Amino acid sequence: MKEVLMQVDNLKKYFPITGGVFQRTVGNVKAVDDVSFRIHRGESLGLVGESGCGKSTIGRTILRLNEKTDGTVLFQGKDLYKLPKEELRRMRPKMQIVFQDPFSSLNPRIKVGQAIGEALYDHGVTDSKVVRERVLETMNICGLASYQYDRYPHEFSGGQRQRIGIARALIMNPEFIVADEPVSALDVSIQAQIINLLSDLQRDKQLTYLFISHDLSVVEHLCDRVGVMYLGSMVEMSSTEELFRNPLHPYTKALMSAIPVPDPTYKRDRVVLQGDIPSPANPPSGCKFHTRCPIASDICKQQAPEYRDVGNDHLVACHFV
Amino acid sequence: MVKDLVEFRNLETHFHTTAGTVKAVDNVSFTIREGETLCVVGESGCGKSVTAMSLMQLIESPPGKIVGGEILFEGRDLLKLSKRDMSKIRGNEISMIFQEPMSSLNPVLTIGHQISEPLMLHMLLDRKAAKKRAIELITLVGISRPDKIFDSYPHELSGGMRQRIMIAIALSCDPKLLIADEPTTALDVTIQAQILDLMRDIKQKLNTSIMLITHDLGVVAEMADYVVVMYAGKVIEEAPVLELFQDPQHPYTKGLLKAKPIINQKQERLYSIPGQVPNPIDLEDNCHFHDRCEFCMDICKVKQPPFRTHGKDNHKSACWLYEEEREVL
Ligand SMILES: Nc1ncnc2c1ncn2[C@@H]1O[C@H](COP(=O)(O)OP(=O)(O)OP(=O)(O)O)[C@@H](O)[C@H]1O
Ligand code: SF4
Ligand SMILES: [Mg+2]
Repeated sequence: MKEVLMQVDNLKKYFPITGGVFQRTVGNVKAVDDVSFRIHRGESLGLVGESGCGKSTIGRTILRLNEKTDGTVLFQGKDLYKLPKEELRRMRPKMQIVFQDPFSSLNPRIKVGQAIGEALYDHGVTDSKVVRERVLETMNICGLASYQYDRYPHEFSGGQRQRIGIARALIMNPEFIVADEPVSALDVSIQAQIINLLSDLQRDKQLTYLFISHDLSVVEHLCDRVGVMYLGSMVEMSSTEELFRNPLHPYTKALMSAIPVPDPTYKRDRVVLQGDIPSPANPPSGCKFHTRCPIASDICKQQAPEYRDVGNDHLVACHFV
Repeated sequence: MVKDLVEFRNLETHFHTTAGTVKAVDNVSFTIREGETLCVVGESGCGKSVTAMSLMQLIESPPGKIVGGEILFEGRDLLKLSKRDMSKIRGNEISMIFQEPMSSLNPVLTIGHQISEPLMLHMLLDRKAAKKRAIELITLVGISRPDKIFDSYPHELSGGMRQRIMIAIALSCDPKLLIADEPTTALDVTIQAQILDLMRDIKQKLNTSIMLITHDLGVVAEMADYVVVMYAGKVIEEAPVLELFQDPQHPYTKGLLKAKPIINQKQERLYSIPGQVPNPIDLEDNCHFHDRCEFCMDICKVKQPPFRTHGKDNHKSACWLYEEEREVL
């Protein structure tokens, strides 16, 4: 059995909604609502779902980039939320995050080489020659040329900026990387380059990924296991192969059939979901998917289905599976 | 025989910037036929939107300017029309929807108001008739409880609903051509599926021609009758949809088709086109794809390949691989 690197149990993250003259809390957006999963060392776990389903909030909360509402997060067996500040700080380099739009996280007035090396200084490397060498080495791994060290962010294209974002994460020699929609803003021809870079890095450096994306075809390509989220809950999780061969949850099936296939002869037998995604501030009762589910019945409105293993490490939450 | 509705002839739209000239649309020619969905596909910055905005004559000037060519609409050159006549065409014969519906809706006016207004202005309906027609249009785009939506404000609707409303407004004048610029890019896939269904439906029911701009080859395969592929301001390939996917000619088109991960067809490693799109400023007179192309020859670096058919009547491309002349140089 492989080592569990990240263990998440009953994680909840609610964002308060305030209202009225006194800005009192009048409700909660249940962005993450009782989610549990494990990530093994060296594996890549994909997280898919539509906008607002809580994918990014999970990514941030398991790195303790925002506070949790409830539940536990163990990284290498240590409860991240119980670690003293100093120890958490020392742990930080091991856990990194790559964002969808690396541009917004780069200071336009700081040269790219410096931006990549920044965090090394924060973590005690003081010799500027060492930093420069480490930066150049990392840039090289990420497909950036050394003459680009002294360039400013605006001189880079979207794909190159994403390489900068990856280099910034990589320079800390992390063990675990949360990649939050890292290729969603890129053109197809550039997407493929970045996906290949991420998978090479994983192989060469035995990295562990939580890969967040709304694009199932990208996730299928890159991940070993996949979790599907809907309105703050995990509705299905299994190995990638199993999930794509045998999707069980009606939402997963609908999501898969909705993806346009680049083949004009492809005969689709599409489940078009009716209606809109409900607000996570006011999710439907019972199974949260019942308002759009093609096979929903009375029990779905009343009772939340249990999230359970139906064999083969295939977990699913639906009354009719 | 299907009639031509729009014909772009050698269109040139340039932007003059302090850094130099961007030939955003560089000698572009293609035809949109009646009742047909034509997809324009290509990467960010290749000139898809500027082509559409040139047709609408909504290019911001300066810095932009249409410097050459013709755009024939039912045989008339739109570029020669007066401002007044062109604005009539925009209101009645051609309409357009965009990626971000929120930015094209007025946040302080009700949905009903925004649909009725063009009906009263262009179709000369009175208030009551306009409301009746507006409710019909809201129903047509698949929204239940149209009366309630009529009185709602844009922020009360979801992204998918707002895009449906934009389509309703675009259809209010019974246009012959609907231009849709990345209409589903900002939407979730399950909502995208609904909107694409709706557009197909409308084309069937109303026989509207659609010019659909997208970067997603999946959307192209699903929607297009005919496809135009653009790269760095130029059309580099065009063909009917089946032909294009089954027998692509241009190395860029081939690369794009191979680079996209496809669900249920997992590969060991993705094919990727090396490099990146060229800087659009002051491009040379050569094949703009040459420094990314695995087949690049000497001639590709110095001379532009002609855009024409190569053996198949319904299929054009611009690549030296298919030309005799390459031997000469
Ligand atoms: N107002 C402007 N000023 C200067 N250059 C412009 C302007 N508008 C467009 N361009 C340039 O024209 C070229 C074509 O742009 P266009 O918006 O048509 O691309 P596109 O294919 O629609 O891309 P995307 O997929 O990102 O929407 C680009 O190089 C762009 O930078
Ligand atoms: S013209 Fe030359 S460089 Fe351009 S696509 Fe064809 S072979 Fe490649
Ligand atoms: Mg555009």
